[in-house]
Amino acid sequence: MEPTETAPAPSGADHHRPPPWRDVRVIRVALQVAFVLAAVATLWWLYDNLATNLDRLGIRRDFSFLDQSAGFTIFGSGFSATSSIREALWVGLQNTLRVALLGIVLALAIGVVVGVMRLSTNWLVQRTASIYVELLRNIPPLVLIIFFYFAVLQTLPGISEAGTPGGVMVVSNRGVWLPWVELGDGASAFAATALVALVAAALVAAWRRRVHDATGRPHHRVLWAGGAALAVLGLGYLALSPPIAPSLPELDGRSVTGGALLFPEYAALLVSLVLYTSSFIAEIVRGSIQAVPKGQVEAAKALGLSWFDRLRRVVLPQALRIATPATGNEFLNLSKNVSLGVVIAYPEILRVGRQAIGNGQPAPQILLIVLAAYLAVSLVLSLVVNIANRRLQAVER
Amino acid sequence: MSAPTATPGPDTVATPPQRRTTPTRWLRRNLFSSPANALLTLITGPLLLWAIVAFGRFLFVTGRWDIIEVNLTNFMVGGFPRDQLARLWIAMAIMTIAVTVGAGVTSATAAEAAVAAGRDPSVTLRERVQRAGPPLVLLLVLVVFVRTPLPVALLAGVLLLGVVGFRLGRGIPPRWRGRTYLAAVLAIIVALIAISAFGGVPRDAWGGFLLTLYYTVGALLLSFPIGVALALGRRSSLPVVRAGCSIFIEFFRGSPLIALLFVGWLILPFFLPVGFPTPDLVTRALIIFVLFTSAYVAEIVRGGLQAIPRGQREAAQALGLSPWKQTRLVILPQALRSVIPALVGQAISLYKDTTLVLIIGQIELLAVAQNVTQQEAFIGQGYIVETLVFVSLIYWVGSYWMSRESQRLETRLGVGTR
Repeated sequence: MEPTETAPAPSGADHHRPPPWRDVRVIRVALQVAFVLAAVATLWWLYDNLATNLDRLGIRRDFSFLDQSAGFTIFGSGFSATSSIREALWVGLQNTLRVALLGIVLALAIGVVVGVMRLSTNWLVQRTASIYVELLRNIPPLVLIIFFYFAVLQTLPGISEAGTPGGVMVVSNRGVWLPWVELGDGASAFAATALVALVAAALVAAWRRRVHDATGRPHHRVLWAGGAALAVLGLGYLALSPPIAPSLPELDGRSVTGGALLFPEYAALLVSLVLYTSSFIAEIVRGSIQAVPKGQVEAAKALGLSWFDRLRRVVLPQALRIATPATGNEFLNLSKNVSLGVVIAYPEILRVGRQAIGNGQPAPQILLIVLAAYLAVSLVLSLVVNIANRRLQAVER
Repeated sequence: MSAPTATPGPDTVATPPQRRTTPTRWLRRNLFSSPANALLTLITGPLLLWAIVAFGRFLFVTGRWDIIEVNLTNFMVGGFPRDQLARLWIAMAIMTIAVTVGAGVTSATAAEAAVAAGRDPSVTLRERVQRAGPPLVLLLVLVVFVRTPLPVALLAGVLLLGVVGFRLGRGIPPRWRGRTYLAAVLAIIVALIAISAFGGVPRDAWGGFLLTLYYTVGALLLSFPIGVALALGRRSSLPVVRAGCSIFIEFFRGSPLIALLFVGWLILPFFLPVGFPTPDLVTRALIIFVLFTSAYVAEIVRGGLQAIPRGQREAAQALGLSPWKQTRLVILPQALRSVIPALVGQAISLYKDTTLVLIIGQIELLAVAQNVTQQEAFIGQGYIVETLVFVSLIYWVGSYWMSRESQRLETRLGVGTR
């Protein structure tokens, strides 16, 4: 509880310096030195206790255990029990990011849709969106995860009597196999074609822009560029031997071939976090749109802009500016909430660390690495959000 | 979930003649104003109807609620020894009086402020029902599941104490109000400690909703002073203090709470000197909740501090107040008042986050919901849906109620209207 600001130095008639215990400069330095001393002493005391306790219990204090073989497997990855702890934690971090990144994209998409729905003039649509938001954001995310995992996915039929809705999916409590694509012979050539398509699109867009600047006719850049890209891609697909082919999962007794497997742990965690976070993002979107001054919409109407143009050119750009910081916060929350996957044994980094600790590896170091990993993810995410935020802010006069 | 959702029902009854809203017009305007809207209505309507009917059927027809009835005590207190329940009732009575006296004082203050501002201080019945509705609905649901008369009688007694406490709080003279708040907070702390003290029940034997409440209330009360101190430190003019507080805040805000709870569970005891008795797991988890929440409280309070105009500090300086008095008498009261809604939001997060202690092996509400489905009479029959819906209701009502109250405060304080 240091004073937050210094008192103004008394300017008496005499020019004697005040005694040191009343001299603001001395007090400031003394306070900071005292603060540093207290902080360092506390930290040192804690570290000393930790070291003494670990030595007493015969727990190692270095990080050499990272190269030992893990002794456990991680499902859904090529990770084997003989690989090192270091690799195990790395796989865990990748699994964390896998949920966090896809989750952010999906939560944003659903959140924006629901947020706009809450402002719909259609009473029913607006009510539905309100129910969605109020229902989901007032329930702990852990309840959602447990619900989707134990009450929904675990009650699906076992693998031997798995359901095959429409013949394109296999649904069982071991996971859901979705239709996917398989890469064929011409896949790498097709990837090159995709690059060509991008270049073509950019060129066409630039050409339309020039036409527009020269003649004033509408440029329809997006339509033209998209058309060009699709044309190139289509030609490439026909010319090469089919580069990608659909792959449908097929149930054969107790095993499934083809398709892409969605693990129940992954699905439950992703769905829960997306539902939970999207309800918060929806509220932010609604608030930001409502925060755009009414006069802006009225001015846009006076200019004769259509409903769509009003939204796209006037309201949404301004709402986006208001919404960015808060939405970024929700992204951070979602990425941290991935650690909740530990409850259903989704192998994100905390769960992997927990397994390593269970196998006799030292808890302090492992948890330090896990915390550092999550802090790093948070830091990178908030950096990205800050950059986006800075670029979106209006340039003031 | 039959809590009021403030539906602005169709204005069909007793509308002034100039508005003339008939059901048909209402439908036309709100559901079928354009072809696109009509299409949306036709898609959403059946879906919503189906969801409501399915949920209603589950609640009143197909749901097997006997598991809740049999285990109600487990849900409320977990493994708390049944012969010690009297301690909980006494603690509950003390806390109810403390909270309602505080609420009474607040209500009296608000009424006076309303009169001073020339507004009508009376509270309409509609407003009363809206505000007290959610907790009463929850209480009703609980009473439905009670099988013996004693708890109902005791609950009624506690409710009566609450009404008396509120009346008492309203009558407390203005100059005693500050001290009344302090006494109420102290009474809550004493009541919480008394459950385990004097030969009582060790905290590690607590469980269920009791544990949820303990973490929420305890962490809020303890993290508040720490958070304020951190916020002041982060706004300090001393660069070293600022940096130290910033590191603390950012560390706890950037870490996932579960990872921190693992630290509290597995390695917090190592940080204590050799021979020092290891605190029980509930206390360790509480310490983590306090540290985590105080970082968030600090950021909220910092927002409030930043919103105070410079002139306030300068005026306080001009009055010759010491730096500490400037902060305590001029800056903090204004800053804290403006961040109350955000603090309530933090309380909601905390309330929901208490579920995480399930992962470090504590039997709180959500863990009870999982565990009771493993009982002999219920195992393997998918009872988890019923138990999860029941605990969701408890979490939902609490969070919804708090968020309602914070919205009300927000409008009353004029926060956010610039």
